[in-house]
Amino acid sequence: MAEKKSLGHEFSKGLIKENPVLRLVLGTCPTLATTTSLESAIGMGLSAAIVLVCSNIVISALRKVIPQKVRIPCYIVVIAGFVTVVQMLVKAFLPALDQQLGVYLPLIVVNCIILGRAEAFAGKNGVVASALDGLGMGVGFTAALILMGGVRELLGAGSLLGFQILPESVPPMTIFVLAPGGFFVFGILMACANKLAERKGKPKAKLGCAGCPMAETCTVADKAACAGEKEEKDV
Amino acid sequence: MKIFLSILLTAILTNNYILSKFLGICPFLGVSKKLNTAVGMSAAVIFVMVLASAVTYPLNTFLENNGLGYLQTIVFILVIAALVQLVEIVLRKYIPALYNSLGIYLPLITTNCAVLGVTILNIDSGYTFWQSMVNSLGAGLGFLVAMVMFAGVRERLESCNVPKFLEGLPITLVAASLVSLSFLGFTGLVEGIFA
Repeated sequence: MAEKKSLGHEFSKGLIKENPVLRLVLGTCPTLATTTSLESAIGMGLSAAIVLVCSNIVISALRKVIPQKVRIPCYIVVIAGFVTVVQMLVKAFLPALDQQLGVYLPLIVVNCIILGRAEAFAGKNGVVASALDGLGMGVGFTAALILMGGVRELLGAGSLLGFQILPESVPPMTIFVLAPGGFFVFGILMACANKLAERKGKPKAKLGCAGCPMAETCTVADKAACAGEKEEKDV
Repeated sequence: MKIFLSILLTAILTNNYILSKFLGICPFLGVSKKLNTAVGMSAAVIFVMVLASAVTYPLNTFLENNGLGYLQTIVFILVIAALVQLVEIVLRKYIPALYNSLGIYLPLITTNCAVLGVTILNIDSGYTFWQSMVNSLGAGLGFLVAMVMFAGVRERLESCNVPKFLEGLPITLVAASLVSLSFLGFTGLVEGIFA
């Protein structure tokens, strides 16, 4: 589908038009969990972006070797390999970040963005295009995380990257760095993104099967889970 | 006995995997629209979580004894993926009734971060084998509780008059925020009981 489009487009589409977090609604778990501070949001975004670019390159290079039937396990092995590399690097050079991200660092393996891009793009396109696609998506993911981490840290702790921004007289609203604040900020950001998309005549972001890497192997799709969304379209 | 109960309650209430650790948000938002699908999905998750922990725990001991601890992530995700496939095949062949109610959710569980998360957290928290089994069960039950509660909230939400700019996913997330806020009330509860 993307053969005719320019390479620049492969990169730029991930930034805003197909932003993985706010438009495709992928990778919600790390988005909510690691944005308690700007620092960990940046760390998470960059780690995921590195894994995404590397795995996209390798998967696209191997796309003619990997048999169609076992492609998902193959993709998972490649992704898990790169996640382990990143995990070891972070542990060795950024131990403070490793402490902050904790279990979410190995959980990049099951980040839908990475498997989703492997399935939707890297498995079908050339190496250069896949690398750019991964880079764009990675930067888009990082940008969304930075936005959310910034809002949450500013409101929840009154600081950015650890520096006090709000004056002492403004008490920090700790709820924003706790779990409910994460859902709330994400909801409001999603509403803003929808509003912007609406102005450009684009449909609202929806949690659907489109971005799910398991869509093809999934048997629930038309039976139960997504039935609700189909009904919604009919109404 | 006390420690098992404490681990179980912590995993269900205070450290709920969905609402306070943000693991398994995709099914939480995607499959919680109807009560029966929410229950089916949660039952499948409980089953896979306990099974996966039972398999990965001894494997991890084996890896660490051989100085292969760094392979943890790769081995765990592959074991979980293979296990889910295996369970699906066995259920389809031998227990078709259970397959019809649980089996259809199984492919979705491979990439569910709650399952990989619980196996890794069991190791990171330094639990013994039986403690980690209880923790997995608690995590699964917590998943069920959150899903069922949220399905109820969403059913009410359907008939509500939502402000236009919040329609769809945003209001769902705001509702999730309120459900999560209610779980914040459990903070300190377990410590209080077992102090």
